[in-house]
Amino acid sequence: MEDKKPIIQLCGISKTFDGTEVLSPMNLNVYEGEFLTLLGPSGCGKTTTLRIIAGFETPTQGRVFLEGNDVTDLQPYRRNVNTVFQSYALFPHMNVYDNVAFGLVEKRMKKPEIKEKVTAMLQMVQLGKMENRKPSQLSGGQKQRVAIARALANNPKVLLLDEPLGALDLKLRKQMQLELKALQKNLGITFIYVTHDQEEALTMSDRIVVMKGGRLEQVGTPKEIYEHPATKFVADFIGESNIFESSVVSEEDGMLTLMMENGHVKATGKNFKTDEIVYLCVRPENVFLSETPVEGFTLKGFVKDHIYVGSNVKTVVELPNGNLLRINMHPMSKLAETGSLVSIYWDPAKAVVIHTKEDSMYDAIEDAVLKD
Amino acid sequence: MDKNALRKNKRPKKIKAYQIVFIALVYLFLYMPIFSVILYSFNVNSDNLTFKGFTLSWYSSVLKGDPLWSNMWLSIELALVAMVISVVIGTLATIGMYRYDFKLKKYINGLLYIPLVIPELVIGLASLSTFSKMGMDMGFATLVFAHVTFCVPFVIITLRARIADFDRSVEEAAMDLGANGWRTLWRVTLPMLAPGIFAGALMSITLSIDDVIISYFVSGAGQITFPVKVYGMIRGKVTTDVYVISTIVIVSIVVLFLAYMLVKKIWNKHHQN
Amino acid sequence: MKKIKNNKTRLSILIMVGPTALWLILFLLIPMIYVVYISFCTRGTFGGVENVLTLDSYRKIFSSLYMSVTLKSLVMAFETCAICLVIAYPFAWFLSKLPKNVSSFLQLLIMLPFWVNGLLRLNGWSNILRDSGLLNTVLINLGIISSPLKIMYTDGAVLLGMVYCFFPFMVLPLQTSISKLDQSLIEASMDLGATKRRTFMRVVLPQTLPGIFAGTIQVFIPSLGAFFVADVMGGGSSVYLGNIIQEQFLKARNWPLGAAFSVLLIIFTLVVLKFYSKVGSLDDLA
Repeated sequence: MEDKKPIIQLCGISKTFDGTEVLSPMNLNVYEGEFLTLLGPSGCGKTTTLRIIAGFETPTQGRVFLEGNDVTDLQPYRRNVNTVFQSYALFPHMNVYDNVAFGLVEKRMKKPEIKEKVTAMLQMVQLGKMENRKPSQLSGGQKQRVAIARALANNPKVLLLDEPLGALDLKLRKQMQLELKALQKNLGITFIYVTHDQEEALTMSDRIVVMKGGRLEQVGTPKEIYEHPATKFVADFIGESNIFESSVVSEEDGMLTLMMENGHVKATGKNFKTDEIVYLCVRPENVFLSETPVEGFTLKGFVKDHIYVGSNVKTVVELPNGNLLRINMHPMSKLAETGSLVSIYWDPAKAVVIHTKEDSMYDAIEDAVLKD
Repeated sequence: MDKNALRKNKRPKKIKAYQIVFIALVYLFLYMPIFSVILYSFNVNSDNLTFKGFTLSWYSSVLKGDPLWSNMWLSIELALVAMVISVVIGTLATIGMYRYDFKLKKYINGLLYIPLVIPELVIGLASLSTFSKMGMDMGFATLVFAHVTFCVPFVIITLRARIADFDRSVEEAAMDLGANGWRTLWRVTLPMLAPGIFAGALMSITLSIDDVIISYFVSGAGQITFPVKVYGMIRGKVTTDVYVISTIVIVSIVVLFLAYMLVKKIWNKHHQN
Repeated sequence: MKKIKNNKTRLSILIMVGPTALWLILFLLIPMIYVVYISFCTRGTFGGVENVLTLDSYRKIFSSLYMSVTLKSLVMAFETCAICLVIAYPFAWFLSKLPKNVSSFLQLLIMLPFWVNGLLRLNGWSNILRDSGLLNTVLINLGIISSPLKIMYTDGAVLLGMVYCFFPFMVLPLQTSISKLDQSLIEASMDLGATKRRTFMRVVLPQTLPGIFAGTIQVFIPSLGAFFVADVMGGGSSVYLGNIIQEQFLKARNWPLGAAFSVLLIIFTLVVLKFYSKVGSLDDLA
């Protein structure tokens, strides 16, 4: 990331509505040409962050920089960023052509130039023949494309997208995800994308910002976030995870021995104290079963059920204390018999250990952000 | 939105014969006196207490010139002036109250409801006594003052119902695309409100042109609206020219309306191709 | 809504809301306050008022003569509401069953009569109903009756006129309420075992109650003040609250008494609205 220059810098921005803080002070750099996703459940502050960048909200504290210039107090119409709204927000009284031309007319561009630009934009989103239609005559996917063309017609430095695919059905949604990603690559424009759908975020983003309750939880590439969740929330929210409380027995060169209620296991991690209570997270696809114990693991459980879901088989193992462990198996693999007692193990490098204490957790995040 | 429309899309329900008869009877009730007005405009008998037979002679004399026309024009003029003022200040106020939050808002809201709920009679006499206390002569000005006062709330509430359905992000989209506050108002808010403004204007004209009670209090000797003139006659003899002029008005309205529907139909067809 | 107000926003608010606010204060609020003030004044010798405060006008209101008129007016207003509701509810319901384009056309037809002056429409009724009017002429010529039916200039005729004048104000809010009704609620109710009658009582009626209340108020309040209906249909023999106020103001030139009656009318209105505000929105009254 060092060679890239930040196009947007959020410096200590926070937002308070009627005395409730919806966004805690946060710092974030967005780099030129990247596809950044703000991900989190509703009410996590992601949309507020986007609206602060667009200029619809003024941060209670902090500054917003666009290409190094302070734009915090600039009105939305003076900022060279454009938004694709969740509800599309197409002007109902204008046809497709006039919608796309809206910003260009505001720029006092000449008519022939506008026509050229609008035509190009509509071609780009494959709506060349729809110029004269009113928004009410378009399907959801078509409205979406018009909204994107309209925002991009202004040649924004950054395109902001607020859950733009939320209203589309699953299939169309998957298709639009790929199209958007391809569009962003071709144009090389920075996209800031807001969504609550973790799968969407993983598919499309160069980097993901996970937010919760107005705070940053983790910033990183999809791979980093998936494989090394920094908090229990991230581990839980993104993908499936088996999360158990356990205590640290010993640390040796980054290799941790942990004690769970029903046995010992291994994982990797640094800076943990002996006897510290931690969260242990293992993805279902990284857990394996064996008839004989594997070195370092004394955890055992009863095979409870196999659920066939097509691409794999989900096996559920019940630990002696009643906790359930989910395992993804290849459908062709030999399945342990239901009811049998099995040993459980995994590659320690694929198990993540997370502090339970909030403070140390956020310290770690802050370190990561500052480094970034 | 789409899903909602789908859910609310009521399948055409079966309507029974007696229900159609009921509807027809209600319309008969609503229109019977209008037919009677039209019928009496052809009355041979000039005392208008009985109907004696058909003649067109009243029409020719009314069309040649009739003192009542001046009252009718005054009513129309008044309705138009009151409409323009009500629509302009009402539209601005609606948008202002929609966009901004301020302390006095609820008091202005309270004031708006007064003409809706207080009998016109009270508003009429209140206006009369205040205007005369202020030393004003009753005339066109006082008529305009009073008419705008009871038209504005209707304009605002008609518009407010429309603006409440607005997707707020549409205005934000305009700002996002480079339009400032006034440009957004001009290019997006007002055009989107246009049907509501039209409905409000129509409402304002309708209320104003039909008003007897308030006008009766605030009109002066030289400036008498058509309804007030009619009220003056109503206990004695209603002259046939009243029926004639009213018939001409209603026929014109119907013709205008049909023409509007026709133009709209042609326009829509033209646009689909 | 913007919370932080700078001078520019203040100016925008002033430009946009100021004209209407000023207009309403000058031509509505001040006159209303002035009427209340007049009601406590003494009658001037040549009409108008003298600034001597007294409760005389209010004492007069409560004389038995005036009280009986007030009572009669309230009863008339109730009857008008009841009849309008009984006709308008099924009417609006049946209209909602028609295809959208037909019903919106028919809705316009409800408003159209307003373009013929209300007085003249009432006069149209009197042309039909009076002794020598169309109805009696036709009935006598057909030999159904031998002497004309006495319909005009009775309290019944006034009631008919009231119902006629205010019927549209009952229909419109009812239509709005009924068109908002979610069809699946009715289906759900029937699915859960309620008969049509029970469904109406337990689902439809509660859902359309706001429309019923809005319509009732829009009929009740103006019918208290509509003096011209009694003038035309009652022929001067029927006197209601509206007639008294109008006469005191313009003929008897007793402004304080007229104003006191107006205050009474305002109080009735406020009482009705107090009840209404618990069940519906004032915006539905437009």
